[in-house]
Amino acid sequence: MYETIQYDVIQQVATITLHRPAKLNAITLQLNAELSKALKQASHSDDVRVIILTGEGRAFCSGQDLTLASDDVDYGDVLRTSYGPVVRAMEECEKPIIAAVNGVAAGAGFSLALACDFRLMSEKASFVQAFVQIGLIPDAGNLYYLSKLVGHAKALELSLLGGKVTAEEAKALHLATKVIPEEQWEEQVNAFAHQLANMPTKTMGLIKRNLKASWNSTLPEFLEAEANGQKIAGLTNDHKEGVQAFLDKRPPLFQGN
Amino acid sequence: MSEYRFLQVTVVDGIALVELNRPDVLNAINRAMVTELVQAFEHADKDERIGVIVLTGKGRAFAAGADIDEMRKEGPIDFELADPFADWDKILRIRKPIIGAVKGFALGGGFELALACDVLFASHQAQFAFPEVNLGVMPGAGGTQQLTKIIGKKKALAYLWTGDRMTAQQAYDCDIVTRLIDEEVLLEETMKFAKRITRQPSLAIRLIKESVNVAVDVPLEEGMKQERKNFYLLFASEDQKEGMNAFVEKRPPQFKGR
Repeated sequence: MYETIQYDVIQQVATITLHRPAKLNAITLQLNAELSKALKQASHSDDVRVIILTGEGRAFCSGQDLTLASDDVDYGDVLRTSYGPVVRAMEECEKPIIAAVNGVAAGAGFSLALACDFRLMSEKASFVQAFVQIGLIPDAGNLYYLSKLVGHAKALELSLLGGKVTAEEAKALHLATKVIPEEQWEEQVNAFAHQLANMPTKTMGLIKRNLKASWNSTLPEFLEAEANGQKIAGLTNDHKEGVQAFLDKRPPLFQGN
Repeated sequence: MSEYRFLQVTVVDGIALVELNRPDVLNAINRAMVTELVQAFEHADKDERIGVIVLTGKGRAFAAGADIDEMRKEGPIDFELADPFADWDKILRIRKPIIGAVKGFALGGGFELALACDVLFASHQAQFAFPEVNLGVMPGAGGTQQLTKIIGKKKALAYLWTGDRMTAQQAYDCDIVTRLIDEEVLLEETMKFAKRITRQPSLAIRLIKESVNVAVDVPLEEGMKQERKNFYLLFASEDQKEGMNAFVEKRPPQFKGR
């Protein structure tokens, strides 16, 4: 069904693997189309409670496949029609999305990782804000998320100087949730994903929604959004289960709704 | 209330909840549905137990356009004789408040229906559009008129010429949508607002609707005169006496709709 990515669901964790290892998983129009389709599939599937985005082989994703660039391409339209839908699909997804950054994430590959909720980084992985080196501005939502994650000054520094960020540096900048030694990579990524898969999924979606609402709201607007969010969370089975488990002094068993 | 084929009508606490009920085709609007809609609205308009009408769609969408098959082979004389849009005009004559709740798509005729509501609530994921132009035609049930009156000529033309989707946020920003609400509680919050209106003095509510609608269409001086007459008229109501007495006596009013 997919050619440039792989899509697997195991124990409520959907793993989307960028799968062009010979090209360091460079992004093509087809890959973007398949990625946004897979993200929507995982968002809407009742069997999925967590999404992992990762890359096959040495790299996470080396960004746009530049071998496909040509003079008559309108970059604006490529962003509107090809990257835009991917970023929006991630933004609209209410399930937690983990970027399992197994190797280098450069250019738009870095952007994809930034749009995720968590970035788990292999110790040999790195981020490369490569755009300025080819005379382009960071795209695919890059600056929107980067400035929120690391602040304006650091975002500008990384983008103008076009630097590489090692896993350890990324951790210090709060870009990486966790840096994982290579020999424990799969084990720790899976443990992190399964921990999230057993949490109150609906509520986590509402937390994401509310945190994002805070970006563009006045305080009165935000307080209204918060009241709505808590009303919805209060109606979930997981809320009842959480309270009951607390009273029973046992660990809660969340169903995700 | 009588049974409808394409609608589900429920009366709760003085509210007539009218739900478009063809969820398997995203509530595509056919003529019989509009006829039923007018019947349901007129029925609610006359029923003294009902103060407010709430209009929404069952399933994922509000209404994703008109039934294209129904009109594909029609000619102008067929339209002239059948006069299918006459029913839409009747919706404009409903005197009680119509509050719309839109989730998912409101396209073409569905958008026209949303625009025909007095107050419109929508979920953050709602999407509006007039895609008629892409079929070689244009809106026919008031779309070009209602949209232009709300968002102005230049924006209206851009949307009508392209058929581009309007997000819920865009619809809110250009005053089509009154309030954006999380989808999970859209209907509940809409019903809560409707309930508040049912507790208001209903004669004042309908004369306010009439006066506001006049403001949209007639010159200011004419509108002022009509407003004044409606204002005077309310002094013949029991609710005016109750409202003002309650105010003076510092107690909550008990309105009767008389």
